[in-house]
Amino acid sequence: MTYRIDQADVAHIAKLARLSLSDDEIDSYQNSLSRILEVIDVMNSEDLSGFAPMDHPLETVNLLREDLVVPGLDRAEVLEAAPSAEDNYFRVPRILGSS
Amino acid sequence: MSSRTIAGPARGWEYVIGLEVHTELRTATKLFCGCPNAFGEEPNTSICPVCLGLPGSLPVMNAQAVDFAIRVGLALNATIQRSQFHRKNYFYPDMPKDFQISQYDVPINANGHLELPSGAVIGIERAHLEEDTGKLVHRGGGGRIESAEYSLIDYNRSGVPLLEIVSAPDIRDPEEAKEYVAELRSILVAVGASDGRMEEGSLRVDANVSVRPVGETQMRTRVEIKNLNSLRSLTRALEFEGRRQVQLYEDGEAMLQQTRFWDEARAVTGALRLKEEANDYRYFPEPDLPPVAPDPLVIEARRSELPEFLSTRRAQLADVLPELSRDLRETVITDECWPYLRAALDANITPHRAVARCANELVALLDEIGALSPSRFVEVLALEDEGKLGASQVKVLLREACLDPLAIPELVAKLGFTASDADAVKAMVAEVVASCTQEWSRYLAGDEKVAGFLLGQVMRRYGRQISGSDARQALTRLAEEARAESS
Repeated sequence: MTYRIDQADVAHIAKLARLSLSDDEIDSYQNSLSRILEVIDVMNSEDLSGFAPMDHPLETVNLLREDLVVPGLDRAEVLEAAPSAEDNYFRVPRILGSS
Repeated sequence: MSSRTIAGPARGWEYVIGLEVHTELRTATKLFCGCPNAFGEEPNTSICPVCLGLPGSLPVMNAQAVDFAIRVGLALNATIQRSQFHRKNYFYPDMPKDFQISQYDVPINANGHLELPSGAVIGIERAHLEEDTGKLVHRGGGGRIESAEYSLIDYNRSGVPLLEIVSAPDIRDPEEAKEYVAELRSILVAVGASDGRMEEGSLRVDANVSVRPVGETQMRTRVEIKNLNSLRSLTRALEFEGRRQVQLYEDGEAMLQQTRFWDEARAVTGALRLKEEANDYRYFPEPDLPPVAPDPLVIEARRSELPEFLSTRRAQLADVLPELSRDLRETVITDECWPYLRAALDANITPHRAVARCANELVALLDEIGALSPSRFVEVLALEDEGKLGASQVKVLLREACLDPLAIPELVAKLGFTASDADAVKAMVAEVVASCTQEWSRYLAGDEKVAGFLLGQVMRRYGRQISGSDARQALTRLAEEARAESS
């Protein structure tokens, strides 16, 4: 059968999502993502010209809060829960190049 | 009506520049949570589940940030519209959620423009709300990201409200880019949206720059220079990048679309080597934030509250003094000076005199302005306009009017300026020269050297009451009259 998405796209999306997929998993996601795209094709085939595009599923707008300070979290507690911390900062492995 | 010569990167070439200015909004709290929006605090002291991106936390929009966005939009003559939020997905530790909440295809402000002091008009494509990221500190490898052993993160800045203001590629040289940022900054400060402190990162500029032969209308491949945090860095980086691109074209080499950074110490731009592939942000609508649809009544209310901008003052001055030099004009339209000048113009003080007294005397007194209100300033200038005081007396009187709250007429009396209108000064000088007939005849005959002697005599007798320059003026006038009579 022909898929709506090729394996290279699946691998690319997985990489962007920081997922490591086996070849079997790539096959499986190619199949399920293609089915999702087919469903979207069905939706796209409907004539929706009489409907305004939605910018949000709810009709609520302007859900705003007042600009007032509320207490946050205790630093010591938060850093205690972090994988790594140093000098009151979060610590992360090197960002560029190989770690 | 651009009054400036555009300077290209090389003979026969021109710049095409568009700027993205990220301004931190001066709210009390962050964009989506109640953590303080503060600068310079201890690291990680303004953090909560929302700005740390902890699972289950939900963002709620800050009303004040929306209000500032509306004010800036109005000031930039933009359309303020119902807008939507998107997630910009990327993996980088300055953003703990792994996405930044921003606005994508429907920003709150679109299609504005900004007029520069030169008269050039720069298009504003959009000004949208988004959240700031955390701050990284790189450890090891000289503190540079590419050679660091590891990095530290302070999330105090994560979630601070930003308004990203994107210009059209209408800017034609580094000097104009600088003028644009300076003018934009003054507007952001005037509407209260920003403290304007570039050195604290309140205003950060990314520049999109390409070059093309003069006369070509298409745009060539552009380079984005990130994080230009001072006006000086901005112009220097643009100048360097313009020359670099011209060189590449002239050498027949390929121009790559890329992101570069400005290295202030080495005065060069360098390529950013990120592990990520080409931008693939996978924008999608932020389900946790409903659209923001500003009430038209609120927009109109904010419009009526807009402060007076520099462009308005320039236009008012152009009406009365079309030939005024740019330097003088920019000196007198500042917030400190303008109320005085406006009051003087409203009171029909000679415009040239009003501008000169503002640009010279008033500017020098601003630090000790004390009791010198605009109305007192006008009172003093009116005395000069009526010929009752000479220029140097006005200088003394203005300084005194800062220090002493006495009414102006009383200050004039206190300083002994009572008998010192132009005619009175002339009478004093006439009286003195009448007693120096020999020197007076030599002076009338054209011996300028004797003027010093005559003025010395005048000042010896009346120096408490009149100034040297007024005495000199009176002496010149007396001599002119005497010569006119004898001819």
